[in-house]
Amino acid sequence: MAGSRMKLELSRVVQGRGRLGVLKELGKTGQCSLEVPGCLLHTHLGTVPHLTQETLRTLSNLPSVTQVTLSNIAEHQEVLEEFKDGVTKFAGLHDTVLYCSLHDPATPCPTGYTTNKTVSVWGSGGRIELTVAKFMALQKTVQPDWYQSMADGETWLNNTSRKRVRKSVDRTLAHLDECLLVHQQSQELEGVEVFGVVEGGDILEERVRSSRETAKRPVAGFCLDGLQTGSMDQALRTQLITAVTKELPEDKPRLLQGVGRPDEVLACVEAGVDLFESFFPFQVTERGCALSFSFDISLDPELAVLELDEERGTSGETQQNGDLNPDDQSLMTSFEINLKDQRYKDDFRPLVEGCVCYCCQNHQRAYLHHLLVTNELLAGVLLMIHNTAHYHAFFSALREALANDKLDVLKTRVLGESGGRQKDLTDTDKSE
Amino acid sequence: LLSVKTESKALSPLALRVVAECPVTKARACDLTLPHCAVSTPVFMPVGTQGTLKGITVDQLEGLGCQICLGNTYHLGMRPGPDLIEKANGLHGFMNWKRNLLTDSGGFQMVSLVELSEVTEEGVKFKSPYDGKEILLSPEKSISIQNSLGSDIMMQLDDVVSSTVSGPRVEEAMHRSIRWLDRCIAANKNSDKQNLFAIIQGGLNAELRKVCLDEMTQRDVPGFAIGGLSGGEEKNDFWRMVTLSTDHLPREKPRYLMGVGYAVDLVVCVALGCDMFDCVFPTRTARFGSALVPWGSLQVKQKQYAKDFQPIDPECQCHTCKKHSRAYLHALFKSDTAAMHHITVHNIAYQLSLMRSVRRSIVEGCFPEFIRTFMKRLFPSRDLYPGWAVDALASVNVTLE
Repeated sequence: MAGSRMKLELSRVVQGRGRLGVLKELGKTGQCSLEVPGCLLHTHLGTVPHLTQETLRTLSNLPSVTQVTLSNIAEHQEVLEEFKDGVTKFAGLHDTVLYCSLHDPATPCPTGYTTNKTVSVWGSGGRIELTVAKFMALQKTVQPDWYQSMADGETWLNNTSRKRVRKSVDRTLAHLDECLLVHQQSQELEGVEVFGVVEGGDILEERVRSSRETAKRPVAGFCLDGLQTGSMDQALRTQLITAVTKELPEDKPRLLQGVGRPDEVLACVEAGVDLFESFFPFQVTERGCALSFSFDISLDPELAVLELDEERGTSGETQQNGDLNPDDQSLMTSFEINLKDQRYKDDFRPLVEGCVCYCCQNHQRAYLHHLLVTNELLAGVLLMIHNTAHYHAFFSALREALANDKLDVLKTRVLGESGGRQKDLTDTDKSE
Repeated sequence: LLSVKTESKALSPLALRVVAECPVTKARACDLTLPHCAVSTPVFMPVGTQGTLKGITVDQLEGLGCQICLGNTYHLGMRPGPDLIEKANGLHGFMNWKRNLLTDSGGFQMVSLVELSEVTEEGVKFKSPYDGKEILLSPEKSISIQNSLGSDIMMQLDDVVSSTVSGPRVEEAMHRSIRWLDRCIAANKNSDKQNLFAIIQGGLNAELRKVCLDEMTQRDVPGFAIGGLSGGEEKNDFWRMVTLSTDHLPREKPRYLMGVGYAVDLVVCVALGCDMFDCVFPTRTARFGSALVPWGSLQVKQKQYAKDFQPIDPECQCHTCKKHSRAYLHALFKSDTAAMHHITVHNIAYQLSLMRSVRRSIVEGCFPEFIRTFMKRLFPSRDLYPGWAVDALASVNVTLE
């Protein structure tokens, strides 16, 4: 029976300032919990990109919920059916709650293949078409602790027509109802939770309609889809999320898909989002960059501003935040440093001073620069370790800021005056 | 003269203690003391070409029990260059590896990788692949770079000739290598911290090898490598040159057979008297999904493993085998680079474990028995044993049933 065993215990709710709390009784044993606002652990088939369990274990305080995606899993359905014990065991994971999403947020997929009855995912061998029946069959082999229901979210392109947006809302609701029906009849999915997916593109009325209707179904929480980085500017995103969360029950979690940039995370938390997917560190790693933005709120605010100026210097670039190309996720943000840059060739400092991750404790920027220039595999490993540590520490700081009424301080720290604009990978700004 | 010799021994950055000798074959088990830590031989040295072992952290490498690994002078000399590495406290500091490092001279890459302009008495002239500039790698330059790298063992620059070449060029190269050895010895600024090994050349010509051995063993170097082999020559010629070389190398100095890494080759060449080995094969083949096992190799990416829920080797103690199945690794190869790292860890574990077993059997006096068991495990039947291996082992009194 779908429904909700997971419990969202909120300790603070401030309108327009976000919610703070704990998502409890997660997993089939009901023993796990996840602090919110928080993020899930993004993986490829249960593996954090580039990392074996040995290297992963150098990280502490990782989220207790692991995310896997059907885009990685669908092609292995037969294997999983024969294995019988679900993806958690297949991947050699223990003590984790498994969340299964449809798409991989790190890799936007081709559009134009969704129909009334199907959505498609892209595996290593090409496109795999999913009906609700196949989708649910997959969930039975994956055996997640919780999953998002099948959804049509192809509304993020510019110029998506109203008609198309309406269709995505209708289809997604229909898919949800079908999924729930199968779910309720499946003994294998006993104790597994389902999230409904809110669609509606950039159209306010459709967003409201989708939220209202989805909220009527017996789901454990809500995924907010079609709002990913690159689909719209943050102002619109905030407006839409605010409208959506008004229609959703307070006591159920809201998971925002496809948004991971620190500035966007902060804004979306203020708009009422509880959970995010942690694919951003992976994207930063893939472009050879290291997260370097500060989120230290323990400093004297005045001192903090001075330090900030020192760090950022006179960067000079004033690029728009708005016209981002969702296909070009390789564009660097102001939250990271590009280690391929010549300036790091003989920089013997750690990636981030004071960072306690394995990479910063053992290696220097010059070494990472060398690894990137020579195309060595270790670059990905070390960067992934650092970026993951940095990102999850940011979320910790976010929760702390909310608990202590320091969100504004955090925002100043993270965003500075620039507000987190994008820059070119070849940017040779004088900061750093 | 005697007192000077003992004095220099006390300051030596290398000491070799022969712990056990096989009474049947020429194998030895030794304790090799180097500046960063002790090394148990026979030893296989993984190759970390550009100051990294392909996706494995130094902690992982240490955890696998590796006591010495390789860096390449040619690659590192190009990028990031010796000056930068010196600023970083040598290659040890740069890659944060606390145990031993061996660097080759760059000579082999000259032949195998680069557009050779010319080999003269001066050195090897070549064109840099990065900026097209002409560079001269002389014995002095090679040693200078290796001094900056700060490796525990440095290799002389030798005049490298492919083992498939014959004729006067081989002889010329052998004699030049001797002269270059002397120049390398003279150029070494850190003889109290860095060990310079000579490299025996002479191709597949026993006479030339003997000349080289006679000459080079007269030089006061802490160790010898057997070079010019493992380059595509006939295995029958290969083993004969190895055994000839060990016959004429001093007992109390380590023997390093360059470029050897296949399991059979390792076991046989230990029997022929070699102590140290290096090869890119185990780590390179891992990235293609090829896992080394006692019965050969397992191509994880092949369809037959998609539903195989066993580990690669149920008896292997490495993290990969303790945590993951062939089926998972097979699937992971389609989505993430970590799959390669899992196999790399396994292959290094396999190589190091093999050498540990070899050493143990020498110490326990049952190396010939070990060899027989090893061969039986590796080859499904007696008629599949490689002929050269049977001959080589017979030459050191080991008959395989």
